[in-house]
Amino acid sequence: MAEIAPFVRHEMLPAEPAPASEAGVLHWLRANLFSSPLNVVLTFAGVFIVYWLVSHSAPWLMHSVWAADSLGECRAIIAERWGPDATGACWAVIRDRWHQYLFGFYPWEHIWRPITVFALLFVAIAPVLFSSVPRKLLWFTLAYPLLALWLLWGGTIWPEVMIAAGFGIGALGFMLGARFGSLGAISLGTLAAALFWVVPAAPLEHALAAMLPIGLPEVSSDQFGGFLLAVTVGVGAIALSLPMGVLLALGRRSDMFLIRALCIGFIEFIRGVPLITLLFVASLLLNYFLPPGTNFDIILRVEILVTFFAAAYIAEVVRGALSALPRGQYEAADALGLDYWKAQRLIILPQALKISIPGIVSTFIGMFKDTTLVVFVGLFDPLKGISDFVRADFAWKGIYWEPYIFVGCIFFLFNFSMSRYAMYLEQKLKRDHR
Amino acid sequence: MSQPQFDRAIDRSHMQVADEIAIQISNMNKWYGQFHVLRDINLTVNRGERIVIAGPSGSGKSTMIRCINRLEEHQAGQIIVDGVELTSDLKNIDKVRSEVGMVFQHFNLFPHLTILENCTLAPIWVRKVPRKEAEETAMHFLEKVKIPEQALKYPGQLSGGQQQRVAIARSLCMKPRIMLFDEPTSALDPEMIKEVLDTMIELAEEGMTMLCVTHEMGFAQAVANRVIFMDQGQIVEQNNPHDFFNNPQSERTKLFLSQILGH
Ligand SMILES: Nc1ncnc2c1ncn2[C@@H]1O[C@H](COP(=O)(O)OP(=O)(O)O)[C@@H](O)[C@H]1O
Ligand SMILES: [Mg+2]
Repeated sequence: MAEIAPFVRHEMLPAEPAPASEAGVLHWLRANLFSSPLNVVLTFAGVFIVYWLVSHSAPWLMHSVWAADSLGECRAIIAERWGPDATGACWAVIRDRWHQYLFGFYPWEHIWRPITVFALLFVAIAPVLFSSVPRKLLWFTLAYPLLALWLLWGGTIWPEVMIAAGFGIGALGFMLGARFGSLGAISLGTLAAALFWVVPAAPLEHALAAMLPIGLPEVSSDQFGGFLLAVTVGVGAIALSLPMGVLLALGRRSDMFLIRALCIGFIEFIRGVPLITLLFVASLLLNYFLPPGTNFDIILRVEILVTFFAAAYIAEVVRGALSALPRGQYEAADALGLDYWKAQRLIILPQALKISIPGIVSTFIGMFKDTTLVVFVGLFDPLKGISDFVRADFAWKGIYWEPYIFVGCIFFLFNFSMSRYAMYLEQKLKRDHR
Repeated sequence: MSQPQFDRAIDRSHMQVADEIAIQISNMNKWYGQFHVLRDINLTVNRGERIVIAGPSGSGKSTMIRCINRLEEHQAGQIIVDGVELTSDLKNIDKVRSEVGMVFQHFNLFPHLTILENCTLAPIWVRKVPRKEAEETAMHFLEKVKIPEQALKYPGQLSGGQQQRVAIARSLCMKPRIMLFDEPTSALDPEMIKEVLDTMIELAEEGMTMLCVTHEMGFAQAVANRVIFMDQGQIVEQNNPHDFFNNPQSERTKLFLSQILGH
C-alpha cells in the first residue's frame, strides 16, 4: 500500500468567476437549445415554424386598415397602398362595432350603467382576492350583486331591497338559531328568509313601488350581448358555483344516505349531459313546467344552468382534495369538540380549497369560455352571436378573422388574469403554510 | 426497546387516589363489520389515575381509547365519561369531547394555522373564550411545554418532538379533565422521545387523569398507577407497574414483556 502524504492547507483559495462556457448567452444556448442531436433538430423545426407563422401573418398585420366604413373600402385601400395582390387586416370593423362586441344592444344613453357595474366589480372583488385590502370593504362585496342587478336591468329599486331585506331577516334567524348549534342556525336562517320572500315580499314591494317609484329605466335581457353578457353570466356563475360546488362535495361525502344520493345524482347527471342540452332545457323545457305567463328571465335561466354545470365540476375537484386530506385532520378536529360545520369551515375546507385552486380555476376558465354557447338559445354571445350580427350588415359581409381575433384577445385577457391570480394565490399560500 | 431514565421519578406514596370515577367502561364490545375487535371490556378509571395500556400491535388499544371520546362507536355495553354516557346523542358526544383531550401518534396539528392558532382555535370556537384570553392561555401552555418562542411559526417548521409538545399544549388549552395519549412517541426520533415524555410526566405530577397507549416501559414504571395489558381485543392483565413488570401472571404478558424489553 502506498504511503499517505500528510497535507495541511495554509492559504484558503478565493472564489473565482466561472469559465465563460458555464455562464452567459452561449452557455444558455448550448444547454437549452443544442444539448443533443434531437434538441438541435427540434430547435431548427421550432425556428422554422415560427418563421412560417410570422412570414404569413406579418404582412397581413402590417397592412392593417383602421379607418374605413366597409370591408370593400378596406380592400380598396389595401390594394391602392400595397398592390392588388396584397392582403391586410381590416380592423375598421372593430372600430365601427366595438360597442356591440362589448355591450350588445344595451341602450347607448344608459351605457354608463354597465361601465359603472364593471368598474365596481373590481372594488367588490378586491377584498376577496387580496387579504391586504381593508376587511370593511367586504360589506360592499355583499351588497354588490344587488347593486349590479339594479343598475344593469333597471326598474324600481324595491325588488332588490326586498331581496336584501330577506337576507337580513335570514341573518337574524341565523343568529337566533345559533343557540341550537350550527344546524339550528342554518335551518332557522333559511326558513326566516324563505318565509319573508314567499309571503310579504311581493305585496310590500308593490306598495313601496307605488309610493316611492325610485328607479332607473328598464333594460330587457334581449338587449344584453357581447362581453356584457359573457361577463354577467360568467361572474355570476363563478360567484355562485364555488359555494354550491363545495356543498355538493361535502354532501357527496356525507354519512346521510339521502343527501349523498341526491348529490351524486345531481353531479353525475350534470356532468353526463352536454352544456348545450342544459341550455336548451333552460330556454325551452322550463316554459312547459312553469305556469303559463310566468316571466322567468332568459339570462337568469342561463345563469342558473351554467352555475349548476360549473358547480358539478367544482364539486368533483373539491371532493378530490377532501379525500386527499389525512384522516388525522378530521379526527383532531373531532377530538377537540368542533362540530361538523366548524370543523369543515376552520380545518378541512381551508386546506382542501388550497389544494384545489388549480382545478377550480381551470373550471372557471372553461366555464367562462363556455358562456359563448348561449348563442344556441338566441342570446348574442361575443364570438358568434355578435359576429354573425355584424356580418349580416352588407358593409361587413365576408369579414372573418378580425372579429375572432379581437374577441379571442379579450377572452385571453380575462382568462390569463384568472390564471395569473391563481398562481399568485398558490405562491402566497405556500409561503404562509410551510 | 430501551428504557429512558427520567430526571424525576414520582413519589407516589403520599399521593392519595381520588375515589371519584372519571371513566367507567362496562361490558363494552365493538365490531368492525364481522370482526370482533373489542370483547367485553370492563375498566374503571378513577380521577387522577394514570393508566398505561400496552399490548401487541392490532390488539385493539387504539380502538379502545378512541371509543372513550367516540372517535369510534361501540356497539354493546356502556361507556360513561365524567358522568356522561356516550350514546348517539350528539350533545353528549360534544360535551365529552370538550372534556377529554387526545394526543395522536402523528400529532395531527393543523398545518394551515400557526402554533398559536392551533392552540386557540378550539377554545375560541367551542368554549367561546374571548380571543385575547385564549391567546394568554395558549401562551401559558406553550411555555409549559417549553416552546413559547415557536408560537408564530407553522407546524411544518417544527421538529417532530416540538410538534407533539404543541399537540399536548393544544389539548390542554381546552382545560380537559382527562387526557388520552395514543402512542405519542412512536413516530419520533429517539432523541425527541424524552422531551415529550418529560412533558407527560410533568402533566402526571399535576394530577391529570391520563390514559396512555405506549411502549415506553420506563415511562410506565415512572408514572403509572396501573398498567393494562391487552391482547386480541381483551384486557388480559392489569396490575400496578411493579408487579406487572416483575411478576407478570399470564403467559401472553410474559411473552410480550420479553419481546418488548428485549431480554
Ligand atoms: N377502521 C377499521 N376497519 C376495520 N378494521 C380496523 C379498523 N381500525 C382498526 N381495525 C383493526 O382492528 C384491530 C385493532 O386495531 P387497533 O385498535 O388500531 O390496534 P392497536 O392500536 O392495538 O395496534 C386491528 O386488527 C386492525 O386491523
Ligand atoms: Mg394503535
